[in-house]
Amino acid sequence: MIGRSFVVRKGLPDMKKRTLCPIYILILVLTFMLTGCASSDNGANGQVIVYNWGEYIDPETLDMFEEETGIKVVYDEYETNESMYPKVESGAVAYDIACPSDYMISRMIQNGMLAEINYNNIPNAKANIGAQYYEQSKGFDPENKYSVPYCWGTVGILYNQTMVDEPITSWAQLWDEKYADNILMQDSVRDAFMVAEKLNGFSMNTLDTDELHVVMNSLIEQKPLVQAYVVDQVRDKMIGEEAAIGVIYSGEAIYTQQENSNLVYAIPEEGTNVWIDSWVILKNAPNKENAEKFINFMCRSDIALMNFEYITYSTPNTAARELIEDEAIRNSEIAFPDLSQYDNLETFVYLGEEGDTLYNELWKEVKAY
Amino acid sequence: MKIAAKKIYIALIVLFLYAPIGTLMVLSFNASKTRAKWGGFTFKWYIDLFHNEEILGALLNTLLIAFLSALAATVIGTIASIAMNGMKRRTKSVMMGITNIPMLNAEIVTGISLMLLYISLGLKFGIGTILLSHITFNIPYVILSVMPRMKQLNPSTYEAALDLGASHVTAFYKVVLPDLLPGILSGFLMAFTMSLDDFIITHFTKGVGVDTLSTKIYTEVKKGIKPEMYALSTLIFVTVLILLVLVNRSPEKRTRKYES
Repeated sequence: MIGRSFVVRKGLPDMKKRTLCPIYILILVLTFMLTGCASSDNGANGQVIVYNWGEYIDPETLDMFEEETGIKVVYDEYETNESMYPKVESGAVAYDIACPSDYMISRMIQNGMLAEINYNNIPNAKANIGAQYYEQSKGFDPENKYSVPYCWGTVGILYNQTMVDEPITSWAQLWDEKYADNILMQDSVRDAFMVAEKLNGFSMNTLDTDELHVVMNSLIEQKPLVQAYVVDQVRDKMIGEEAAIGVIYSGEAIYTQQENSNLVYAIPEEGTNVWIDSWVILKNAPNKENAEKFINFMCRSDIALMNFEYITYSTPNTAARELIEDEAIRNSEIAFPDLSQYDNLETFVYLGEEGDTLYNELWKEVKAY
Repeated sequence: MKIAAKKIYIALIVLFLYAPIGTLMVLSFNASKTRAKWGGFTFKWYIDLFHNEEILGALLNTLLIAFLSALAATVIGTIASIAMNGMKRRTKSVMMGITNIPMLNAEIVTGISLMLLYISLGLKFGIGTILLSHITFNIPYVILSVMPRMKQLNPSTYEAALDLGASHVTAFYKVVLPDLLPGILSGFLMAFTMSLDDFIITHFTKGVGVDTLSTKIYTEVKKGIKPEMYALSTLIFVTVLILLVLVNRSPEKRTRKYES
């Protein structure tokens, strides 16, 4: 009868001293040791904390920067704009630099999260980066005060020339019944809506409810023809000839062509989305000066070239483009289209919470139809 | 007829469970980067993997965190089980409930609340915060696997040890602990694997420049996951498989030893 609670009544008083102490010490020591050591090994000239997309930089350039400047780069990565935003906003870590896309930059500007950039400290930004990219940036950063373009591209149609009997030049061909079950659409609200908005001649940043309902109906009309709504599977599906036509980002198009030479990329005549990912300095950046040095370094032509070769997304750095040895790539219509030749090129801007909700609701109707 | 149906059913289940992993393993030997083309058999990705410092660093972090958090959680969880075993029936079931809730709670809630807690405490985000979080969510799993073992204990053996002159501590280490060991061991391994594949909680509580494998793989989503990761995933799968086989075999062996 006494035995029921034997261990606690009799055993614990002795054990407490012996066993618990080491555990407390273990946990405390580990915590402080591990939390402490993250910050202790700064470079000679301090550090810079960079928050960038995954696989979005040539790691060698980071080593070169550390060597040349003596500034330690603390490098962190994210996978979507939407997962980057709350981490920066929560302030759990005070980042210096981030590399968001166009519409996310306009959101961060609106919410006062970015610091103005002092171009005097970043001479390479003005010298090497083409004026047309600053012009395009005005869509989300009207006075070019907050962002320095890093990567850009277009959204267009990738098609397999052996599977279609005419060149694809228009978004309207994605509504052609000939290609039923052979069409791949992007599975994200803004990208899918952009296609139908351009088809109908609207702005891709429209908030007009009537226009948006027309757009929604177009997408519903197209839905039976679509083989799948995909994100990054579009690459593999097009290479594997599982579909004839797909909506794709230009940066991916070059890679798919290398794998399958039947693929052709076209910017539709109705216009399209020009996206830009830019460096920004955050308002409460602890190392602002180092952040400027970092951006300046990334804008250097040789460094931008290394990054272009690693990422293969178009670089806005015109000086770097001139250094590309392969003529076919330097003059590639996919990587470096002449933006002045196309009408109705636009860049996403942040639509506000209400706008986002409206788009999401309409998109849900399309997906549920 | 019935047996054939049973076998087909089992085969289907195994197929559905393991076809994705099988695909990944096959792709890890594919010389071409895209899944759409078979570029020939290669060990290239395995070799690249061991030259990729970032991935190896993430692997090291993952294993370090998994091992330390499992160790700490095992010690804490075992002591908690001993204490809970001595409680009155009511208190015990309340305590069991409290320790079970974190396990049933959505991971994202745990992750965000831990992040907010650390911010309000002013902790610096880094490996330390990940470790604390992992210990936190591992403890219930240890308790869950030690408690049943605790109930099977025969109290008389402990009392006999005391009657024969052993001190409380000696009796505990010589009599109680060996009986609990299978439960503790499987609790440790369970905690280890839970920590190994956690993404969400780690994502919210990690600091700059500190990556575990799951967060590292997730950041590659935009540009496409590199084949080195297929290779690493294959290696991890094999490792976890071995661990699980160990977990499932060790209690059986031990009981058999005691019976004989």
